[in-house]
Amino acid sequence: MTDKTIHYPLKLEGPDVPMVRFMNVSKRYGDLVVLDRLDLDVAAGEMVTIIGPSGSGKTTVLRMIMTLEKIDEGVIYIDGEPLTHMEKNGKLVRANQAHMRKMRSKIGMCFQHFNLFPHMTALENCMEGPVQVLGISKDEARERAMELLEMVGMAEKSDQHPSRLSGGQQQRVAIARALAMRPKVMLFDEVTSALDPEVINEVTTVIRNLVDQHSLTMLMVTHQIGFAREISDRICFFFGGRIEEQGPPTDLLDEPQEDRTQQFLSAVFDAN
Amino acid sequence: MSSYLEFLSRHADQLVNGTAITLAQFVLSALVAITLAVIAGLLTLAPSRPLKAVATVYIEIFRGTSLLVQLYWIYFVLPLMGLELPKFVAGFVTVGACFGAYGAELVRGAVLSVPKGQWEAALALNMSPAKRMRRIILPQALAIMLPPWGNMMVEILKGTALVALISVADLMFMSRQINGTTYQSAQAFGTALIIYYVFARFLVTPLMRWLERAMARRLGRA
Repeated sequence: MTDKTIHYPLKLEGPDVPMVRFMNVSKRYGDLVVLDRLDLDVAAGEMVTIIGPSGSGKTTVLRMIMTLEKIDEGVIYIDGEPLTHMEKNGKLVRANQAHMRKMRSKIGMCFQHFNLFPHMTALENCMEGPVQVLGISKDEARERAMELLEMVGMAEKSDQHPSRLSGGQQQRVAIARALAMRPKVMLFDEVTSALDPEVINEVTTVIRNLVDQHSLTMLMVTHQIGFAREISDRICFFFGGRIEEQGPPTDLLDEPQEDRTQQFLSAVFDAN
Repeated sequence: MSSYLEFLSRHADQLVNGTAITLAQFVLSALVAITLAVIAGLLTLAPSRPLKAVATVYIEIFRGTSLLVQLYWIYFVLPLMGLELPKFVAGFVTVGACFGAYGAELVRGAVLSVPKGQWEAALALNMSPAKRMRRIILPQALAIMLPPWGNMMVEILKGTALVALISVADLMFMSRQINGTTYQSAQAFGTALIIYYVFARFLVTPLMRWLERAMARRLGRA
């Protein structure tokens, strides 16, 4: 399951424990290697953006953190604890459902296609998790959900079903829904890719405010290089399931060192 | 015409009683069918192989054999093995079990056609598998499977006519009895035909349409 030559600690300890750590993580679909022995640390409160050509493993990184994809090799640590492994007799073994659920409670995710529940109103979408999973009273959940809908500018549409909302509005509700679970890590998977150009701003504004006002740890996959430059602490350029190059936005975008990064960025800038 | 009205008034008691039994058989069969369809449909999707096998065996047996043979089996053969059911019960249980096997496929298909993103969003909210199914997937699957269930309900209503052959005194049984004593076949079976049609067309179908509309409203599509 894991490479014997690498020592995977049972727990990360010390003053600088990252909120997210990928340690030698691989993922394959048959012969196709999607992630190739990836190492990646994200500090608490850091905003990291992942860019790269399609098929480079960007989305897989987020889906693995959300436990939507199984890890073939390596260990992911969230908040110092292994995500899909647990300790048994001093060794790391596959985690049981209870451990997975405990770990998942630290993570929230927004999807490219929003995935709101169509049989619930915007408000009910935001109350569902808190009431059904966290066991919060309906009144308290409603109050909190309304605050979040207010924050994303959707309070007035709280009684609408998703089918009555535009893509941008649905995505804002989806962000509120994820935040209602009070995650420590937020994942944004191409959240503007399915949106019409004129509504992209309403979603990026919400994310920008989150970055400014909250100390959430965030990972974002996006094709919007300009937006990434503006809000990221760090940008990682993925290629072939590995990080080809990473650094602060100005360094990586303005003075990329690697050939592939330069090629990718010039292709993106040409397209824009 | 006047002779037909005379026929109706002479046999009103039998026809009304028979119709009442048919309606009771229909409602109870439908309840059995829905219950078994949901259970078997979900079991076919269960990760556990034995559970899946139980559902598959049930579906194969009841879908692969004739309803009439099933009725005879449950009413005439099961007593030989020590399980005796009153004919009324044997009737609706068999009809329900038979159509439940077809319904299981509808349930299974509808659950599978709920978009994958809905499962993922429910998982991202950390919902347990049971809650994901009950709160997120089944309500959406219900909307998907309602139109085919409308057809199924009409089939169940018509299928109950077979219980006459194990002597349940339903509409078909009464019509046969009237025919046997009066030889007025056209009137006897014509009346039965009309009553079945009226129930299917003006009771079952509108009810299912209403359910579909109610479901569409819940999804905010109306």
